[in-house]
Parts: sequence; C-alpha cells; structure tokens
Amino acid sequence: MQFTAQYDRVAGRLELSGEARMEDAPAMARVLGELRGSPPAELQIDLARVELRDIGPAWLLYDAIADLRAAGVRVGLDGAVPEHFAYFDALRAREAGSWARAAAPSVMERLAEFGRSLEERGRSWYEALVYGGRLIASASIAWHSVKRLRLPSVVRHMHETGVQAIPIVAVIALLISVISAYIGAQQLRPFGAEIFTVDLVAIGVLRELGVLLTAIMVAGRTGSAYAAELGVMKLNDEVDALESMGMDPYEVLVLPRVVALVLVLPLLTVVADAMGLAGGALLTSYLLDLPWSQFVMRLDAAIAPTTFWAGLVKAPVFGLLIALTGTLRGLQVRESSRELGRLTTVAVVQSIFLVIFADALFAIFFLEIDF
Amino acid sequence: MAAPVIVVREVVNRFGAQVVHDGVSFEARSGEIFGIVGGSGSGKSVLLKTLLGLRRPDAGTVELEGRDITAMDDRELRGIKRRYGVTFQHGALFTSLTVAENVTLPVTEAMDLDERSLERLVELRLRMVGLPLEAAAKYPAQLSGGMVKRAALARALALDPAILFLDEPTAGLDPIAATAFDELVLYLRDTLRLTIVMVTHDLDTLMRTCDRVAVLVDGKVIVDTLEGIVANDHPWIRHYFHGARARSMAAGREDSGGA
Repeated sequence: MQFTAQYDRVAGRLELSGEARMEDAPAMARVLGELRGSPPAELQIDLARVELRDIGPAWLLYDAIADLRAAGVRVGLDGAVPEHFAYFDALRAREAGSWARAAAPSVMERLAEFGRSLEERGRSWYEALVYGGRLIASASIAWHSVKRLRLPSVVRHMHETGVQAIPIVAVIALLISVISAYIGAQQLRPFGAEIFTVDLVAIGVLRELGVLLTAIMVAGRTGSAYAAELGVMKLNDEVDALESMGMDPYEVLVLPRVVALVLVLPLLTVVADAMGLAGGALLTSYLLDLPWSQFVMRLDAAIAPTTFWAGLVKAPVFGLLIALTGTLRGLQVRESSRELGRLTTVAVVQSIFLVIFADALFAIFFLEIDF
Repeated sequence: MAAPVIVVREVVNRFGAQVVHDGVSFEARSGEIFGIVGGSGSGKSVLLKTLLGLRRPDAGTVELEGRDITAMDDRELRGIKRRYGVTFQHGALFTSLTVAENVTLPVTEAMDLDERSLERLVELRLRMVGLPLEAAAKYPAQLSGGMVKRAALARALALDPAILFLDEPTAGLDPIAATAFDELVLYLRDTLRLTIVMVTHDLDTLMRTCDRVAVLVDGKVIVDTLEGIVANDHPWIRHYFHGARARSMAAGREDSGGA
C-alpha cells in the first residue's frame, strides 16, 4: 500500500499509513520538515496503520522524534513501537565519535592556508630540482654503460612518441605552411612582392613554425602520455616494486623516455620542415603560378645556411623540457585518480608554456649572436 | 523453508571457445548468507557479474525476486538494480568524492531529499557499518583498508537493498578487521533480514558466516550446506576444505576448544 504522511498542527497529530520504503524517504522528510518548522507542544504519532519496512525512512522518523523530545515536545506513539527503533537505540548507544562540520575559516586559517600553498609551491620547485639532479646522476651512470641505458626501452618510446606521431605532425605542418603562404601572398600582392611569399614561408617554417608546432603537438601527445603512464604506475605501487627489486626508477622509467624524446623531436622537426616547405611550394605554384624549379631557386636565395639549423637546434631542448615535465608530474601522483587527472593536465600546460618560453629565449639569443 | 530470492537456471557463459559456466543452477533463499567459492579462473567474478546484470549469460536465466533479469532491456534493468547493493573487491569508492558524498550519491540519484535528511542518512549508514562519523568528510585515499571496505558497504546499503552482493569482502584485511567485518555482516543479516551473496576465498569467513555454499568446479556448481560441502568427496573440494590451510585452522579450533 502507498505510503502517506499527514501532519495536523492544530490537533498535534502525525498520521502515517501504508508501507514506508526507501523510495518514500522524500515524503517522510517533507512531513518531518513541516513538523520541525512548526512544532506542537504535544505530538501524537499514529503508527498503527504504517509498516516501516526499510530503515532509511524509519531512521528519519526516529531522528526527528529524538530531536523533538530534546526540544521539550512530548511525543506519544500510537501502536507498537517499530521494530527498527530498538536497532536504532543500539546504534545510537554505540560510540561513533562526532560529526565533523566544516566551519567557515577564520582570517588566521586563511592566512595559514595561503602560507601552505606557498610552501607547496616552493616544495614543487625543490622537487623539480632534486628530480633534475637524480636524473643527471642516472644519466651519468648510463653514460658509462650502454646496458644501463636500456636501449630496447628507448627504441620502444621512440616508436611510440616519434614514428606514430609522424602523420599528425606532417599534416599540421602542411596546413600551417599553406595558411601562412596564403596570407603572405595576399598581403604582399599590393606591393608586387608576391615572390617574397617563398621567403616568408621558408624562413617562418624552418626557423619557428616547424619546430614550435611539432613541440606543441608532442607536448599534448607525449607529455600527457608520460604523466599518465607514470602516474598509474605510481598508483599501482609499480614504482615502489621496481625500487624494492633494487632498480632505479629514474634509470628504468624516466631516462629512456627522456632520451627517446630528445632524439625523436629533432627527427620529427625535419619531417615537419619538409612537409612545411612542400606545402609552401604547393600553394605558391597554385597562387602565384610559380613553377617548382623557380620555387627551389627562390628558396635557395631566401635562406641562409643557418636557417634550418636555427630551428633544429631548439628541438632537443624542447624535447628535454617536455619529457622532464611529463615524467616529473607523473611521479608526483599520489593517492587518487583525481590527482592523476590534475597532474596530467598540469604536465601538458606546463610543458607547452616551457616550450614557448624557451623559444622566446632562443629568439633573443639568436638575435644577439646574429645566428 | 524461506522463499528463493535468487534463482539461477542453467546459466552458460562462454568466452570464445572457453566455457566458463556450463549449466550453472542454484537458488539463494531469503535471509540467508550464500557463499560462492571456487579456484582462480573458475568464473566466480563472471558469475557475480551475471547475477548483477552487468553481463548477459550466453544461455539460461537469472531471476531476482521473481523477475527474470536476463530478459529485461537496459532501462528496466537499471531501475531494478537499485534494489541491490554491491561491494567490490577493492571497494570501488569514487576517489574524487568524500565518504559522505559516496554514500549519498545513490540516494541523490534516485530521489530528491533535503540536505538535513541526507546528512542524517549518512550518519545512519556510517553507524550501521561501524565507521566513526569523522570519516564522513574524508576521501577514500585517507582511509585504511578495513575502513574502505566498511565505507563501500555503507554505500551499498544506501538505498536499503533487499539483496547484498559482496565480492571478497574480507580480502586484504587483517584477521581482527576481517572478524569484525564478518560479525557486521551477520548482524546486518539478523537485524535487517537481508539476503547476502558473497564471493570469498577466506575460509574463516566462509565457516563463520555462510549458511550455504556454492562451489564452482569444472564449469558446474555444487550447492550444499557447509557441512555437506565439507563432507563432499570431489577432489577439488577435498583439497580446498582439507588442505594444509584448512587443517591448520581446524587444529587451531580444537586447541582452543580443549583449552
């Protein structure tokens, strides 16, 4: 039978009937809310026609009765005391500690919170420093013995982060050079200087766009993968397992990934450069009616011998930054899967930031030494 | 005899050519604690998933409270799942939610309740499973293994289920915590008259709590009372109940009985 609850304030009666199941908890809560809102001096609860079947709603009733009695309301029960109530008495009698309620933080607590976050920031930098140091130590050991460099592992990571990234890197480089060639041709045409579109695309792609876009792609692809892989290993205690077997996790997990990315990013950059130039040639031949042979000649005149290298030397540095950030954040994962998600995001955002920041430093540096 | 709550008939589960269950049939009755045991790879977890409606068997039927869940569509199945509580082997608490949020999640999904009532219901569930109320504001990562199991049980009880499924409830607990958990399960069964199905490897738990036991061997199931199973002369069962671990346990019992 359907559960119903009626509260009559004037008569001071609460009428319950039907079968109270967990689904009826909202109905029970509503009538108890009314009761708490305007409590009578004396309350009579009619339990004769109700079956308190599930304990959820029964508990809400029991709890409300206890509260009302504590507030000085005389509560009488018609009908047998529900059998669950004895169980609730036993539950309440057991020591269960106190309900922790979050109070609004005081000024001092806010200040302490701020201090803690600063300390946290500081520790994060310190950890990064320690991390770098341990990695250099592992690298110097590996320098002396090729076996400890773990070549199979390096090759596997090179395959995953390099070979498998070729299609997407190629497509992105092609599209970006097409975009810049298109805009360049359009802007230079009023000056009759369309031919310099070739210079624009060639220098832009070789010096900056090729390596930068590749690094950003790899940061999104591999930085996140590194952080997530190591984070899951950390959560599964796999890192502790390695250490317990006398293996250095830096040597086994971190170094191969770092070495692989430092090797792979320049190679990907070459792919991006080639595709970028191809895209430029394609679009200039289409927009400017420039034959390919002309394009190559113009290209030869446009770029200095150093143009290609000015882009390429940055690649290993970007690779190092991405790999370090990804692996460090992965190893910082503790306790929960939420932490894993957060640190993976941090790894991607920070590695992209570091790549662009380093690129800016490179630009200033190259300008100063006239490279 | 109490009415059967779970009726499994001729269930067949296959993975490719490998037949895990080859016609499994049994009944679990209202208010009993029904144990499922079997060696690794005997299909305990697959059987549990089939009972929970997470996996459709390749043949056969599963009836929960008289309704055939193998014939239901997904929507119907989702509605009926609220009637059953489940705890998973590793707790499967949502790590991004506090214990209180974990316990209220099934309630807020199913119905509209005010904050105060929700808080009171959390208190109830925590008290039921014997967790201190301070645990409510904690995240699962801050709890010990035994507390995680209790919190998972609190979540499983959140909607006052008629049937409770426990997967390895005492695995990974120390003997004291495991004993306490067994007593909790018995207490809940006795006070709430729940039907409890548990998959367990723990001989102690099995002996202490289960009324009847289903043993999965060779794709079939052998169901009997504990005494009947122990007396069974199937080689695997003999090995399981009369192996070195079981013998040392029995010896321990006799020692303490004699002392």
